Amino acid sequence: MSNVPADLKYNKSHEWVRTLADGTVEIGITDHAQHALGDLVFVEVPEAGRVLKAGEPCAVVESVKAASDVYAPLAGEVTAGNPRLSDEPETVNTDPYGEGWLMRLRPAPGALTGAALLSAADYQKVLDAEGG
Amino acid sequence: MGRHTPLFKLHQELGARIVDFGGWDMPVQYSSQIGEHHAVRRAAGVFDVSHMCVVDLRGARVRALLQQLLANDVAKLQTPGKALYSCMLNERGGVVDDTIVYYLSDSWFRAVVNAGTRDKDLAWIRRHAQLHSVEVTERTDLAMLAIQGPEGRAKAVQLLAGADAGAALALPTFVGRELGGWFVARTGYTGEDGFEIMMPVAHAVPAWRKLNSLGVASCGLGARDTLRLEAGMNLYGNDMDENTQPFESGLGWTVAMEPHERAFIGREALAAIARAGSPRKLVGLLLEDRGVLRSHQRVVIPGGGEGEITSGTFSPTLERSIAFARVPAGSGDAVQVDIRGKLLNARVVKPPFVRFGKSLAKSLVS
Repeated sequence: MSNVPADLKYNKSHEWVRTLADGTVEIGITDHAQHALGDLVFVEVPEAGRVLKAGEPCAVVESVKAASDVYAPLAGEVTAGNPRLSDEPETVNTDPYGEGWLMRLRPAPGALTGAALLSAADYQKVLDAEGG
Repeated sequence: MGRHTPLFKLHQELGARIVDFGGWDMPVQYSSQIGEHHAVRRAAGVFDVSHMCVVDLRGARVRALLQQLLANDVAKLQTPGKALYSCMLNERGGVVDDTIVYYLSDSWFRAVVNAGTRDKDLAWIRRHAQLHSVEVTERTDLAMLAIQGPEGRAKAVQLLAGADAGAALALPTFVGRELGGWFVARTGYTGEDGFEIMMPVAHAVPAWRKLNSLGVASCGLGARDTLRLEAGMNLYGNDMDENTQPFESGLGWTVAMEPHERAFIGREALAAIARAGSPRKLVGLLLEDRGVLRSHQRVVIPGGGEGEITSGTFSPTLERSIAFARVPAGSGDAVQVDIRGKLLNARVVKPPFVRFGKSLAKSLVS
């Protein structure tokens, strides 16, 4: 069974969103996603300053087998890409909800409340429906 | 649902992730693809290759048939058990499939062809075999396990009775023989020492469990692909197919143009290409920047011209990305690859990238 922390928001394409104390959000991929991808060997994260639309491909995670896009769960401006992942992409496998975060974002006005993000319980239902 | 090998239920029981491969439901990995890769480079791993098609060819004229069907020359096979790697070509010189053939006797050869091309290959072989009165039998009664890695042979012979174990250990490279009802061959697709063993279907599950108990890691097709690419071995459908010829696929060494009177299928087309010089070649690439090379990415040649990656991956042994690419024949040793719109630097090298556990990256770039 995948780990789905209760304090995060999710979307159907297997990204998670954590609201930080300063109002920015941290974004990563879920435990289910990292497990499905397998050993990650390359992660490309966006540079600070890039403005993202909700649903836009904004990062790439590559396992030995394949490259997969990561989609912005909400609109905003990137404040940081996780610098650690260029040397240690496997951190996304070992700590997907912690040190393996991909990017931080300053949400566009209203983006956080407007985004159709899922609760942990609803995301779990998505996983159950996928047989995961 | 795809076809299942005799080991399918065991793969599921072992927690394998199953994917479609040429119409077969096959294990791509058990726990970690990179872990399985390292197990083969450093110790031993076992692969289910029962999806591959084993074909027995029997008849007085079997050698003549194969001298017509194969671009390599089975006249090179003079010792029973000896194996030969070859392409089967069409009249245009395109590759119908690649195969390993074993010389078992003057009236009996065994060929192993790819799973995804099984039906096409069998039809092609049967069509020509008829003219030579050679009997073609698909050996669906056999399973095939590949036990590979520096400890592979020592582990695998523990499946055999004492005298057979000694005989198996004495097999030279690229030779197989019948031992205790199994066909044991010192061949593989990983760049490591090891065996490929064909055995009755009912023996496959107990053999696999015994190997696991001896510390041989279950390995999936994912690790098989990274191992073969590091070892500089082509994959049919990626690196060559019916629309590419051996000289542009890194397979010129498998084409026997001598003796010139041997009229193999595709010979005339290849002779014309050889006279003019093949316009393209298959090369190895080492990515110098960060990223992962993948098949179908565009290769940009400085000074003009383009090529394409045919197989690409992250090399667990080299910890960088490697690939095969088909490029214009005159390309130099520095190229760029278009990865999602960015041009990254790659160096052209001569495969293999890894052999017997050792990285050849230093000698490749020096």
